[in-house]
Amino acid sequence: MDTSQLLHTNRQYEEELRGLRAGLLKMGGLVERQIADAMEALVKRDTPLARQVILQDEEVNRMDVESDERCIRLLALHQPAGSDLRFITTGLKITTDLERIGDNAVNIVERVIELNEEPQLKPYLDLPRMSEIAQSMVKDSIDAFMRSDTALADEVIARDDEVDHLNHQVYRELLSYMAEDPHTIRRATNILFISKYLERIADHATNIAEMVAFMVKGKMIRHMDKKKE
Amino acid sequence: MAEKLITRNLSAYFGQVRALNDINLAFPENRITAIIGPSGCGKSTLVRCLNRMHEVVTGARVEGEVILDGENIYDPAIDAVGVRRRIGMVFQKPTPFPTMSVEENVAAGLRLNNIAQSRAERARVVERSLRQAALWEEVKDRLNRPGISLSGGQQQRLCVARALAVEPEVLLMDEPCSALDPISTARIEELLLELKANYTIVIVTHNMQQAARTSDLTAFLNAGDLIEFGETRQIFTNPARRETEDYITGRFG
Repeated sequence: MDTSQLLHTNRQYEEELRGLRAGLLKMGGLVERQIADAMEALVKRDTPLARQVILQDEEVNRMDVESDERCIRLLALHQPAGSDLRFITTGLKITTDLERIGDNAVNIVERVIELNEEPQLKPYLDLPRMSEIAQSMVKDSIDAFMRSDTALADEVIARDDEVDHLNHQVYRELLSYMAEDPHTIRRATNILFISKYLERIADHATNIAEMVAFMVKGKMIRHMDKKKE
Repeated sequence: MAEKLITRNLSAYFGQVRALNDINLAFPENRITAIIGPSGCGKSTLVRCLNRMHEVVTGARVEGEVILDGENIYDPAIDAVGVRRRIGMVFQKPTPFPTMSVEENVAAGLRLNNIAQSRAERARVVERSLRQAALWEEVKDRLNRPGISLSGGQQQRLCVARALAVEPEVLLMDEPCSALDPISTARIEELLLELKANYTIVIVTHNMQQAARTSDLTAFLNAGDLIEFGETRQIFTNPARRETEDYITGRFG
């Protein structure tokens, strides 16, 4: 059942719910930006930009705390029910995923900073592709949440396979580099980590998309079919 | 779950005004069923139809059937007083008889129903009922004090004890906690959960958290219609009907 278009009689409650919605939207935008910047820092070997991603994370962490506090306040003061309850509990879980995505972006740039200190091992082709997909998954999962759009959420979940596939491809390629020349191990490992972090970001977006299905239909679809990973 | 009490196309009128429209509900035995809905939706009228109290209002009448253990309580051959003994009621405000002691209040139903009792038997019923209503420990030393000398919460439990004294099978409660503080409310709610092992309970409440906390099943009424009836946890997390959703999330009117 879709969310009602009627406003809540209690105005303060209505405003708090809007605040939660707006905060999550903003947080989603911030972490998307972090991923994009992290990838640009990698491809363009831009260490100052990498450091900026680390600084951006403070804002994401602050919003994570603010959003959680708002959810707890809503639960304690308004005893929400029905679709409101599902929206708020979903919000609680989504902020955790968004915050982790921010952390993963920070993890990526930490590796980028190390990589930028040595000559580039290979041209980056698969990683930007992975990043693009992961970023679109984050964006669409948040859009699906905002619009209660389960079809879009399903698409996000389906896209996770592509990222897993690319991650595996990167792994095999780097394995051959390392087998041929042990001098590449340090750089290849860093790249491998970046690939893994992107794969984790896609997983977090998948979590968000799965929560959207719960929020809209009231049914948990997590752990229903294939096990992730 | 056996269905203890069933309504079949139950409609209630006040003169020309129809207050309930074709209500079909089944109250399972040993379960608490909550009736929720906005003011004037027919909640109280519905419970009053369940023990033939609606008809005591001038100009009020009932159509349809209320089946208690397979028997229509509106059958002309059935005695309304007997029905009310089997289906007890606790009201919104505590209503102890003002001139009676605690003990007399509890035993009042026995007298009204002409249940002959020896003094010892009566004392036993009073103690059992007060224990069931979780009031015994608090009043056992002042059974001869006036019922109205008790606190509001105690008075309401006294009314529960009075309802239980005649050993009903169904207990109807119309907003039993609306005049009580949160602690007294919690005691009544705890009491309900204990009582459901032996009784079929129907509770009307404006307090949705109370319905959510205490009941197994919830019926949502609006403007005399039964909108939705189902498991309480379903109704409060994911109701099937838009009207129910709007009501439980506070998007009403």
